[in-house]
Amino acid sequence: MSEHEYVPKSKAGKWLNDRLPLLTLGAHLTDYPTPKNLNYWWTFGGILTFCLLTQIVTGIVLAMHYVAHADLAFASVEHIMRDVNYGWLIRYIHSNGASMFFLAVYIHIFRSLFYGSYKSPREVIWIIGLMIYLLMMAAAFMGYVLPWGQMSFWGATVITNLFSAIPLVGDSITTWLWGAYSVDNPTLNRFFSLHYLIPFLILGLVVLHIWALHVPGNNNPVGIDIKKPSKDTVPFHPYITIKDAFALLVFMIIFAGFVFFTPNVLGHSDNYIPANPLVTPAHIVPEWYLLPFYAILRSVPDKLGGVILMFSAIFILFVLPWLDTSKVRSAVFRPIYRQFFWILVIDVLMLGYVGAMPAEGVYLVLARVGTIYYFLHFIVVMPVVGYLEKTDPIPMSISEPVMSGGAEPSIARKVNDKV
Amino acid sequence: MSKEEKKVNRRDFLFTASYTVGAVGVGAVIWPMIDQMNPDKAQQALATTEVDISKIEPGKSITVLWRGKPVFLKRRTSEEIAEARAVNLDDLPDPQKDEDRVKEGRDEWLVMLGVCTHLGCVPLKDKGDFNGWFCPCHGSHYDVSGRIRKGPAPTNMEIPKFEFVDSNTIKIG
Repeated sequence: MSEHEYVPKSKAGKWLNDRLPLLTLGAHLTDYPTPKNLNYWWTFGGILTFCLLTQIVTGIVLAMHYVAHADLAFASVEHIMRDVNYGWLIRYIHSNGASMFFLAVYIHIFRSLFYGSYKSPREVIWIIGLMIYLLMMAAAFMGYVLPWGQMSFWGATVITNLFSAIPLVGDSITTWLWGAYSVDNPTLNRFFSLHYLIPFLILGLVVLHIWALHVPGNNNPVGIDIKKPSKDTVPFHPYITIKDAFALLVFMIIFAGFVFFTPNVLGHSDNYIPANPLVTPAHIVPEWYLLPFYAILRSVPDKLGGVILMFSAIFILFVLPWLDTSKVRSAVFRPIYRQFFWILVIDVLMLGYVGAMPAEGVYLVLARVGTIYYFLHFIVVMPVVGYLEKTDPIPMSISEPVMSGGAEPSIARKVNDKV
Repeated sequence: MSKEEKKVNRRDFLFTASYTVGAVGVGAVIWPMIDQMNPDKAQQALATTEVDISKIEPGKSITVLWRGKPVFLKRRTSEEIAEARAVNLDDLPDPQKDEDRVKEGRDEWLVMLGVCTHLGCVPLKDKGDFNGWFCPCHGSHYDVSGRIRKGPAPTNMEIPKFEFVDSNTIKIG
């Protein structure tokens, strides 16, 4: 993988490396040539790794005190909050950590959309990333069920009932998922088991994600292919590590702000009511990070149609590399696509907002408009704009605009016009 | 040529036979792993519930838990029954006569799963546009017979298997 063959200095190191080339891997990760113009939007990979490890560590600790039984789960969570030493801190880190994880992953995904990081030759990185995202949603959903409050119970009921929309076998599948005739103790038990498993699956996919990244190397804000190593690259350590560390610190300040000052603001107060299978809360909402998909589900006045559309909203992203016809990666040089990109951002934010509102009146209209636009963006806008758009001239190298006196893309363009 | 063909065929047979036996073996291991997630004996044992209905006044209803799900038992007034039967079947998304949703001669008793057929929430009674139930989750309206009239739910609320043990007791399941 490394550009130069690494030879350990010490005899012991050489002995180990001949049998398992761990030190070569370490040297590769240290020297890994990285584009020198990566901006702070590129620090979220490191932040996400931190989020995953935080969730795993706090989760293992919580599992030492939590009881996965319908009669005891709610009380055991309260026990963690009140009796376990620092239990409140560990649980608040874990529950807010899920939100911070999604915040970071959405920024990471939209970064990729803006700079065309999903495009050839990085399609596999993108697809593995989406698989991680799907597993994250599954883990977050099951984790939300574990406290066995009202939102846990009814969220689990609504989401598992999505599968009952499948023709013919739908009811058998939901019964199979539940292990009972409704969401009940067997459901809670298996959700706990799977909730513990999924983070380790994600960890495995993260290794593949990074491996696939290290084959072509990082995309960069200019979106051009670069020679590696060259004057356009810097070694990963210390240049990128220190930048990632700084961004991580800022991220941790925000994270700590939630944990210490408003630990419940992202949750729903109804989840502090024990689960009751006889009473549905008046207003069921999923966690904020699932709201856009919830809005899409509710925008369709048909059960099966809504479920299909909601899953399509995620699965359409898998074929995105082939829907985008543009030869230019970065939206910096795509004046038309750049505007559609921001419309998509606003559209998704709006869907998230209406997902939290009752499905009636103006909210329903907005949800429908937003859903239609979401699909139009991927099915029509991306292929057509990529084909018709007249892109701005792209620089020959990363250094070119920098050497001419400005790192700003707008200046880069101007310089390029003269060339 | 023919000799070679014969040789290949024989090997093909061995491959196919091995794969088949292997697939059966894998299937035999996978099926228990899948089926263990289906409702166990303890869950199945909860399959019937007996309910005393002697204290329910006309127009009132109670909710009982059966298999972890709420069951609505409503003693309907004659006006409500008349209203349910006056509905034109063409107006129903899931056409079903009210007579088919109750036991003959026991028309006042509506016994049905209190589970919205959309995504499984519990509808609220005496609410909605049709004098029946309304599901707060995604806005499905049911009529006084528990039939879907408006909203995303695809079918009427389900009638479970039940019987009258005697005049005051209903056995559900």
